[in-house]
Amino acid sequence: MTIGPDSILIKNIKEKFGQSILDTSIFRDEVTHLIRKESLLEVCKFLKDNSELQFNFLSDIAGIDYFPQNPRFEVVYHLYSISRKHRVRLKIKTEDGEAVPSVTTVWSGADWAEREAYDMFGIIFEGHPNLKRIYMPDAWDGFPLRKDYPLKGYKDRYNPFGEEKDKR
Amino acid sequence: MANNEEILTKEITLNMGPQHPSTHGVLHMFLDMKGEKIIKATPDIGYLHRGTEKIAENLLYHQFVPYTDRLEYWSAMGNNLAYVLAVEKLLGIEVTERAKYIRVLVAELSRITGHLTCIGAWALDLGAMTVLLYAFREREMVLDLFEMICGARVTHNYLRIGGVRYDLQPLFKEKCLEFVDLFPKKLDEYEQLLTGNRIWLKRNKGVGVISAEDAISLGLSGPILRSTGVKWDIRKDEPYLIYDRLDFDIPVGENGDCFDRYVLRMEEMRQAARIIKQALEQLPDGKPCIDMPEVVPPPRKNIETNMESLIHHFKLVSHGFKAPKGEVYASIEAPKGELGFYIVSDGSERPFRVKIKAPSFVNLQAIDPMCKDAYLADVVAVVSSLDPVFGEADK
Repeated sequence: MTIGPDSILIKNIKEKFGQSILDTSIFRDEVTHLIRKESLLEVCKFLKDNSELQFNFLSDIAGIDYFPQNPRFEVVYHLYSISRKHRVRLKIKTEDGEAVPSVTTVWSGADWAEREAYDMFGIIFEGHPNLKRIYMPDAWDGFPLRKDYPLKGYKDRYNPFGEEKDKR
Repeated sequence: MANNEEILTKEITLNMGPQHPSTHGVLHMFLDMKGEKIIKATPDIGYLHRGTEKIAENLLYHQFVPYTDRLEYWSAMGNNLAYVLAVEKLLGIEVTERAKYIRVLVAELSRITGHLTCIGAWALDLGAMTVLLYAFREREMVLDLFEMICGARVTHNYLRIGGVRYDLQPLFKEKCLEFVDLFPKKLDEYEQLLTGNRIWLKRNKGVGVISAEDAISLGLSGPILRSTGVKWDIRKDEPYLIYDRLDFDIPVGENGDCFDRYVLRMEEMRQAARIIKQALEQLPDGKPCIDMPEVVPPPRKNIETNMESLIHHFKLVSHGFKAPKGEVYASIEAPKGELGFYIVSDGSERPFRVKIKAPSFVNLQAIDPMCKDAYLADVVAVVSSLDPVFGEADK
């Protein structure tokens, strides 16, 4: 089944949030909407409650670092509808240090996924009930998946083969 | 005379894991307890974090396949499959019919190994050691089959972008049919030991209950979601490879408790054996890889005798191939749930970003709601029924 521009995944969302959608693309039959950060929560609630869309399942949240571009980060939400069997991808752009609205109130499973994005990229989710590191130790320096974080890590007493920090 | 208010139970926090035999690896939990009752269970993960996603960004597309073996190591073929499907989707290629059948075969065999480990370890944690020994006896048979296919037993690196690494050995079909005929009888043996067992029922029935609504909201998938009555299996709902041509059932539970999850896994193994049998019977002739020299290296024997093939192989292994700019998400029904790979490509020969949606990671979020107001001993049953694998949960 190929997805065209008149699919409900595009039409329904564009009708309701025409202003907030910055870009829509279809690649390999996957629909991606780039939306304004401010309207993320509204769009998510609509996607979940709309009877034609019913995106009740949050598959995953991913951060992407486009260093040195501006704005630096993208947060990607993969949504699925168990009843309608379709998927959509939402994206928002954010700058380092700027907060992104948390979607934990819409899908409670976003809790750990957002913590992971915070842990790996330092993206701050506003309204998250427990935003702290999930993989790395609490006192860890830096965010490992950022593009400017060295692959070997920073040199310290536990990591003699890491890169010197001030060399960057 | 002591009145009730004087007999106070102090709240304590108990650290369970990361070095604990029944936490399935390196799960660490903070259990806030009042006497024997759990008030709050907070999982603490990351002890096995290796930065797999960071490694992926620094490797060529084909070099990352062996790393996926180390994610969910009890059923490694499934991880290979999810990753190569994502890369193939990005490249826009479709593998040969024979490769599709072989992939389904190995994916279902690895589902059996994964579930056998789950059931065996679970029974061991609840005091039934025999089942573990039985389960590993049968697991050994599957591992022998894997060894026959690709020479490796646990971390196979068998699937490659564009097909599978080797064609099946002539004896494989016979041996595999022998196994799938025998296996359901072995499952009956486990069921005799467990399903009607009073201890097993007491420890699992009504323990770790979660509602369908909560399960969907938490993003649970796989047998854990299906145990609540939600019939969602990617093999049926978004069929990949050749699953739409095969006849199999998706078992669904009703109570959302540990016992239902046990029954589901047993039934899924029976269905997996059914799928394997059909795939073996329908297995078409053909090439194990597509004919696409920019992605698939030449066969091994040509490399040893033909200069052009050697150059081709060297070029491919050292430089890789470029993928078109774009982003894809491909997911499969792994034994633990929805395993997805999200790949962002910037048009070069290395992925710009690989995000792994690991089912174990998401499913671990259910520990707290499942353990609330349960007893300490129930935590063991709940963790076993969630069946987390830390290679995957910690990435």
